[in-house]
Amino acid sequence: MGKAVLVGVVTSGNLEVMVERADLNGTCQVEVSTSAQGFGSIWQAVLDDFAARHDLADLRISINDGGATPAVVSLRLDQAMEEFLGMVS
Amino acid sequence: MTVEALLNQLFPSGHAVQTREGVLTGSATTPKGAIAVMGTGSHLAVGVEAAMALADFVLKVVKEWPGRPLLMLVDTQGQRLSRRDELLGINGYLAHLVKCLELARLRGHRLLSLAYGEAVSGGFLSFGLMADEIHALPDAKVRVMNLTAMARITKLPLEMLEEMSATSPSFAPGVENFFKLGGVRSVWSDNISEQLEEAIARQTVGDQRRKDGLERHGRKLAHEVSQLVAAGGTRT
Amino acid sequence: MSDLSGVHRSHSYYEASARGRLTHLLDAGSFRELLGPTERLTSPHLELLGQPCAFDDGIVIGRGRLDGRPVLVASQEGGFMGGAVGEVHGAKLTGLLELAVHEHPAAILLLLESGGVRLHEANAGLIAISEIIRALLAARAAGIPVIGLIGGIYGCFGGMGIVARCCDRLIINEEGRLGLSGPDVIETTMGVEEFDASDRALVWRTVGGKHRFLLGEVQQLVADDLAAFRTAVVEALGQPLQGLTLESLEREHQGLADRLANYGDCLDATEIWAALGLENPLQVPLLDIPTFLQVASQAGREGA
Repeated sequence: MGKAVLVGVVTSGNLEVMVERADLNGTCQVEVSTSAQGFGSIWQAVLDDFAARHDLADLRISINDGGATPAVVSLRLDQAMEEFLGMVS
Repeated sequence: MTVEALLNQLFPSGHAVQTREGVLTGSATTPKGAIAVMGTGSHLAVGVEAAMALADFVLKVVKEWPGRPLLMLVDTQGQRLSRRDELLGINGYLAHLVKCLELARLRGHRLLSLAYGEAVSGGFLSFGLMADEIHALPDAKVRVMNLTAMARITKLPLEMLEEMSATSPSFAPGVENFFKLGGVRSVWSDNISEQLEEAIARQTVGDQRRKDGLERHGRKLAHEVSQLVAAGGTRT
Repeated sequence: MSDLSGVHRSHSYYEASARGRLTHLLDAGSFRELLGPTERLTSPHLELLGQPCAFDDGIVIGRGRLDGRPVLVASQEGGFMGGAVGEVHGAKLTGLLELAVHEHPAAILLLLESGGVRLHEANAGLIAISEIIRALLAARAAGIPVIGLIGGIYGCFGGMGIVARCCDRLIINEEGRLGLSGPDVIETTMGVEEFDASDRALVWRTVGGKHRFLLGEVQQLVADDLAAFRTAVVEALGQPLQGLTLESLEREHQGLADRLANYGDCLDATEIWAALGLENPLQVPLLDIPTFLQVASQAGREGA
């Protein structure tokens, strides 16, 4: 599937994260799909932390959430990056 | 409609179809020649015995009436829900019936079905849905489950499902919805003996249901997705 | 995670994800996914209902090699909606079975884990399973072996239980469950007296791997280890094809008729096991796999 990885499963309390290389002028695009309403600020905080840990330039990150806790989200995001970097190197 | 009334309408020149414990088997005459007839009545819940009786008949048709068209009359509330049937491996019995019907198809029998009562889930899957062409009477009750049960199991609000059913045929029961999805080829509203005659005379190549579903805007993705995969997975 | 390099680590089939299973089942690095998650072919119906989607709609399909031989594979993800079949999910599997007729792989491997029709798109799901059945039988008629693997948390039920028994051969682990109506469905509809779905021992001896093997419904029972499944598939590839012929179906018909005549009145799996000639039927659930296979073989149950 080209330069892309998918980790996790969309199941209760879990999520899937897909990381793809994309031409985004050095920015990173994150798309979160979740049925849990009203957690926008928590997602923002988790994603800010994530962005501070990794170089996300020119990456498209897509998330399907099955209602995961912030800790699980962070873990999956890091796992996805680890696999993505392992694959391209 | 009762089975007897249905048979009389379908076969004005006569039939020899018997009912035994909810299972119909026999033959009938049409202007196109003899046709084998099998199916279920009284909303039968298809269990291991009924599956065996139907499979028995299909094998008999293949052996004794080579090439004869086969009409399946569907009135089933689904598979029989029982621990004893599961213990015996009911899914294997229904799979056996399905395989016998495929054998008949492979050996040149035209397979038709007509949903005239209820046509539900596993019972429908095990024979009626195997036909080359699946037809239904307008008042047949084709479904997996009603919206109330679906709301309970999916934990979605009933009002939402009702609202969505207005725009999408995938949720609510009904012949019209299955027609849009391609699961029912046509609805026989009148002159059913003529409709049957025409269906016997037509030819069907392969499984047309995804194409029908696309043309009727009921299933917008099934055809394209399976075609993409069957072509090797590359979009051109 | 602790470093276990150098130590043999078995990979549980039961616990692995649909993708994880393929990684360990196929020859290393050989898997090439078809219509993978980057295509974003998600369920329009789930989206309409505001439900979470999966980028692969809960099924991974593609080409791979097993023991050097080309195979087509499909792997259902039980974690996503119990592996249930919706429009896209079903169309991916049907397309794969149709691709097989063009490509003629050495086999099609179906890693089945599903509760059957996805109730959120029930009508489309039911038709989709019927299409899977037709495409599967067409592939078999074209001479391609279809091998089913069962052993995940969610088992293989509903219409996919029928699909499973349309395969040439089935491989299962002890944890694997195969049936039509799930115990919880029966309990909900018919009452707890009919089937107590919370009685795990009852559930396992009614629909579990050992019982399915003893009835002759699955040909190979293996340990819950992906390497064991792999070995079993390689072995299955060497077996003669079961054609869809009048003779083979008459044989199957007789077998099913005999089963109904012999065990139709049994109230519990242990009664069937006793009738099969197993000496200590109550002990069967406790036996480890090698001992169980030995006991089964002594009673004339060879599986294959």
